[in-house]
Amino acid sequence: MSAISNESKETTTAPESQGVPSTTTARRRRRIIVNSLRVLLLVVLIGGWELATRVGIIDPFFWGQPSGIWAQIVTWATEGTAQGPLWEQILVTLEETVLGFLIGVVLGVICGVVLGRNQFLADVLGPYVKVANSIPRVTLAPLLAIGLGLGMQSKVALAVVLVFFIVFFNAFQGVREVDRNLLANARILGASQRRITTEVIIPSALSWIIASLHTSFSFALVGAVVGEFVGAIQGIGLMIQNAGSNFNANGVFAAMTILAVVALLSDALVTALENRLLRWRPKTVSDLTI
Amino acid sequence: MTTNSSTITQNISNQTTSAIELRNVTKRFLTPTGQAYTALRDLNLSVAPGEFFAVVGPTGCGKSTTLSLISGLERPSAGEVQVMGQTVQGIDPRIGYVFQSDAVFPWKNVLNNVATGPLFRGQPKAQALERARDWIARVGLSGFEDRYPHQLSGGMRKRVALAQTFINEPQILLMDEPFSALDVQTRTLMEDELLNMWSSLSASVVFVTHDLEEAISLADRVCVITAGPGTVKGIYPIDLPRPRKVEDIRFEPRFVQLYHEIWEDLRNEVMISYERNKQRV
Repeated sequence: MSAISNESKETTTAPESQGVPSTTTARRRRRIIVNSLRVLLLVVLIGGWELATRVGIIDPFFWGQPSGIWAQIVTWATEGTAQGPLWEQILVTLEETVLGFLIGVVLGVICGVVLGRNQFLADVLGPYVKVANSIPRVTLAPLLAIGLGLGMQSKVALAVVLVFFIVFFNAFQGVREVDRNLLANARILGASQRRITTEVIIPSALSWIIASLHTSFSFALVGAVVGEFVGAIQGIGLMIQNAGSNFNANGVFAAMTILAVVALLSDALVTALENRLLRWRPKTVSDLTI
Repeated sequence: MTTNSSTITQNISNQTTSAIELRNVTKRFLTPTGQAYTALRDLNLSVAPGEFFAVVGPTGCGKSTTLSLISGLERPSAGEVQVMGQTVQGIDPRIGYVFQSDAVFPWKNVLNNVATGPLFRGQPKAQALERARDWIARVGLSGFEDRYPHQLSGGMRKRVALAQTFINEPQILLMDEPFSALDVQTRTLMEDELLNMWSSLSASVVFVTHDLEEAISLADRVCVITAGPGTVKGIYPIDLPRPRKVEDIRFEPRFVQLYHEIWEDLRNEVMISYERNKQRV
């Protein structure tokens, strides 16, 4: 212990000659501490939960049990669910989510850019957009199920509705916030209205739009799952619904865990897309190696 | 001076029309509170072809507004603005404009930024990029073609902006305090480079600045604008010989003399503007 504390004292007061290696070791040490604390926190939470159910503080029938959740996931993966193989359920929900996300993003960007560029149209439609946005849109789920049936369309439609407004408002705002100097410069350099839209407005609004993609992907997932709650033949939402109505708390948690994994993986994809599209942006301070 | 065909035609047109002409121009803006604010009142200016014309005045006197009127970005509320003998209606492709703040496109690298003008004006991509490379070399940025603006220093970004403007070979060059954000050394360097580029281009320049020293070092004539609403207070011919070296010229006796003369005029306006701002705060 004393050796370590001595060393750390030296590294903090070390002159520039040793500055580079000592800061990298300090950074590595910090990362190790952060990661081990993260693991420790997880172990304490899950372990505490498991222990509390074992000694009888928490009733596993109502609140589930980590070992039971894991067993449920294993059973689903090996023996399949009531609606068929597990991967099929994941695939169905994922397909609904991705379709809803893509359609919602495209519609949102188009409408956002058009209304952002056209003050007259924005003035006319403004109040209606506000009203539509103020309605809690998940309430559309039963309506969409009636109108579009129990198949994929109703879930995709709900996801589209949820995604659309988020992307729309961000695209609209992004267009409105375009730097006046850049617009003036583009006009002086000879840009037509169409090229101003494609080469100045959209690239500039892109950082706003992309910032909204993280949120809107999780909303697309909400749309798909809620749509499946209301009425479906397949999907993770239906699995949760079934587990819930059978008082299978472990089943609900197991499906939630699967959803969380799916959501995290797709968020990583959105981040990769963001880095690809926004290469021109300076890195934020936290990304820099100081 | 080279007497090529363009300078000859310029001399001929000199007798008939000036490059830029502002007649009794007034510009009013609506402030956010709904009141009309007069930025310019009865402004009369005339810039000859190939002339380097500097405009100085206190902050908020409508210097930048003058440029946006000439460029066609804004319309005058009253009076007339003419470029090459024609009333300004919309953006004229013969005009180049270097903005005060960074106006290079942050999502384009240096090469694409410089090639923007030719591409917007419909030149084939290969030709536009080739000319862009040539201009990047001329402003001393070779090797930085694929950098993005945020990876460059302020001085380098200004060079990109200059190349982006000069590549279009403007006959009229509007510059709005282009070097005000640069440090003094970089600034002097850029001023010299500007004079070099201008002499090869033979364009008329309207150079707006709040720095009288900069105005005298660069210009053929210096115009003092009054504290807002802006109108012409006085126009001073600068009879310093060319080619000039910006870093040396400010120590010449004639320069100092001119500086004192013009500063007398400018100081009053600066004081008026200063007192007004103080009351507002």
